[in-house]
Amino acid sequence: MAQICGAEVDEEGFLVDLKDWNKEICIQMAKDDDVELTEEHWGVIDFLRDYFEEYQIAPAVRVLTKAIAKKMGKDKGNSKYLYSLFPYGPGKQGCRFAGLPKPTGCI
Amino acid sequence: MATKKFMYLNRRSSFGTVYAIESLEVVLIAAAFEQDVSLAFIDDGVYQIVEGQNTDGIGMKNFSKTFHALGDYDINKLYVSKESLEERGLSESDLMPLVYEDEDDDWAEKTSIKVVTNDELKAIMSEQDVCLSF
Repeated sequence: MAQICGAEVDEEGFLVDLKDWNKEICIQMAKDDDVELTEEHWGVIDFLRDYFEEYQIAPAVRVLTKAIAKKMGKDKGNSKYLYSLFPYGPGKQGCRFAGLPKPTGCI
Repeated sequence: MATKKFMYLNRRSSFGTVYAIESLEVVLIAAAFEQDVSLAFIDDGVYQIVEGQNTDGIGMKNFSKTFHALGDYDINKLYVSKESLEERGLSESDLMPLVYEDEDDDWAEKTSIKVVTNDELKAIMSEQDVCLSF
């Protein structure tokens, strides 16, 4: 099985054991995708991790967008902003960086 | 896409079998397709939404927390059998306070839980396009 910074990942690059997550892994995943993490990325990643802690699921994009609009303002809670940060999808790519499972219902 | 009325019947308690968590997963998937989704809790299924569940001793994920996310997925019709609650010595106050924000009412927070009699539930079930039993 493939590894990132010593942590096992599945065939789509998601962490097998969510407890393995740390910032180093996150930065390496981003580097592999040619994404340089900024404060704005971390804002969304922290949000995703808090969301998972509270609800035990990775949110669907629609739900994520709405929740971010509520917490961080409408200028950030829209797909254009989120896709500019995570070009492969705020759900799929964002959750992977944040060490969450793939969002339920995400295909 | 045409919208269908889906009802998910939850009849088993949370952790003894895999039915409860599987039902919840399917519910979230259906919601992603913006269908009209409602849930019913009957028999031991009412235990799924009891407040204060703790899975530390059994080493399983406490997915009861996920029910709090349903409101964000626009799933706000959770019917609970009055008879099933009573048979188990439970009342609505033993259940988790599951709420949603009503878009048409200035995002007011409202309860998603509706305790109904089995006769009322029967009527609601007959209005559905699809009923899935777990």
